Amino acid sequence: MDILIVLEDSNGKIHRMGLESIVGAQKMAGELGLSIGALVMGANVDLLAEEASGLNVGEVLKVENELLSTYSADGYAEAVKQVIEQENPTYVIFGHTYQVRDYAPKVSAKLMKPFIVDNVSVTTNGGNSVFTKLMFNGKLFSDVTPTGDGPYLISFQSAAFSSEKADVGSAPVRDCTVNLDVSMIRTESEEPFQEEAGGIDLTSADIIVSVGRGIGKEGNIPLAKELAQALGGELASSRPVVDAGWLPAAHQIGSSGQSVSPKMYLALGISGAIQHVVGMKGSKNIVAINKDPEAPIFEIADYGVVGDVLEIIPKLTEAIQ
Amino acid sequence: MKIAVLVKQVPGTESPLPIQSNQNWVDEGAVAYVMNESDNYALEEALQIREANDEGEVVAVSLGPDRSQKVIREALAKGADRGIHIQLDTAGMIDPLVTASYFADTFKDENFDLIFTGLQSDDLGMGQTGIILGELLGMSTASMAMATEVGGGKIKVKRELEAGWFQWVSLSLPASVSIQSGLNVPRYPSLKGIMGAKKKEIKVVTPSVANQSQSVEKVYVPQSDKQTVMIEGSVEQIVGKLVETFRNEIKVL
Repeated sequence: MDILIVLEDSNGKIHRMGLESIVGAQKMAGELGLSIGALVMGANVDLLAEEASGLNVGEVLKVENELLSTYSADGYAEAVKQVIEQENPTYVIFGHTYQVRDYAPKVSAKLMKPFIVDNVSVTTNGGNSVFTKLMFNGKLFSDVTPTGDGPYLISFQSAAFSSEKADVGSAPVRDCTVNLDVSMIRTESEEPFQEEAGGIDLTSADIIVSVGRGIGKEGNIPLAKELAQALGGELASSRPVVDAGWLPAAHQIGSSGQSVSPKMYLALGISGAIQHVVGMKGSKNIVAINKDPEAPIFEIADYGVVGDVLEIIPKLTEAIQ
Repeated sequence: MKIAVLVKQVPGTESPLPIQSNQNWVDEGAVAYVMNESDNYALEEALQIREANDEGEVVAVSLGPDRSQKVIREALAKGADRGIHIQLDTAGMIDPLVTASYFADTFKDENFDLIFTGLQSDDLGMGQTGIILGELLGMSTASMAMATEVGGGKIKVKRELEAGWFQWVSLSLPASVSIQSGLNVPRYPSLKGIMGAKKKEIKVVTPSVANQSQSVEKVYVPQSDKQTVMIEGSVEQIVGKLVETFRNEIKVL
């Protein structure tokens, strides 16, 4: 096959970003006239293989190995590398999940082939794929192409494609074998755990008032809290605010926090780094206030104000009350 | 414990980013540079490990043109023991495989126990260099560390997973670990540290330029297909228009 899609297990189902990457792969296959295959791997992946075979993925490659029963970067990287060597695809497509970010660079190093990451789209130019990604914290787009011979490893950003658009089909399942040895795995993993969320479910809020670094200091957080209360909404934040210790992690929106789509998302002093935007770009109405007119948050805002949040917030709270 | 910390000089969050007329890259002469945010945390974590063990060495290493020495000096002022500058014009160079190879060549005879990198750079955002470097040097690797514990020939790392989940992973040394921002409180350099940094060694290495396996065709400003309504005026006018928008357009009041 020409395009190998590597799918990830998410509680017994195909990870949403894997489904999205299938849409990307189907687009590339259509434009370039290429064939597709999808890889599922683990200790027991019958269910995943069955789910994948219901999609238009050409064929499903099934790799079962006891050493893949729990995730390890060493084990997964070696398994994917061996499948790539056996199948010799031109493109290997991943969703840009945390797990992929952990092991796929190792595959890149083992094969000495490029890993073009976190792409928001792919286009075709003269029979070659051109990948578009955000750089400089979301401020600029960059068109990137691989050089030299494939395989090329590619990952797509969350929501780059809509998973609902994956073409259905009936793909045959083929068993593949990888040779792994316990000595290859140099890590020991404990059970995943969740930290106290603090009882805040931002996902069901209609109105979210979210603060970023532009709020200036911890002492200004109550200003935003009062505004949230006046609006009957919840207070949230971007990562830098949590990193600085101004708000607990339970308030964080973005790739490492909660993903929300409220009726109104009021972004105060948030620049709009991509890690934040992936968690809120589905909001029905985005209102952004930021003193930097070049802030990327204005690219996705429905309403924008270039101004000082510290001047505007108290007066806005007063006006609403 | 011998620890290398990769520190990168990147455009500050409020720096201008003018694009060169050939659209290949930004005009670096107009950029205001700072130390990459997550690298600050990686450096702090390394310094704390050295201090807790009361022995060892922290080496700050940066790849880039002459200006990169500024972030190495900053790391030395904060407490790193010595620096290595891999001197290269990196404008438009985006390939993490090549970048990691330069570090791997430089580290051949160093025998580091640990390599710390920031999770990703605020300019390219590839998030791969530390992991590729670890793989090239035969080290175990882990990404997105939110806490570390060193002891008994191992490093235990609290890895951040998706959607608020975490996992402790134990790695045999030597290991290369990428550090997520927020896991500690990075220190500021003291006046004594700044004075002392001037006497510390920065070794300069000049590698030969390698071929890239991925390259930038074009950089450009995102064109939004969204129509953003910009609300302007005095603070009072802005507040009035916002309230009106909340009430009549978004209908949340």
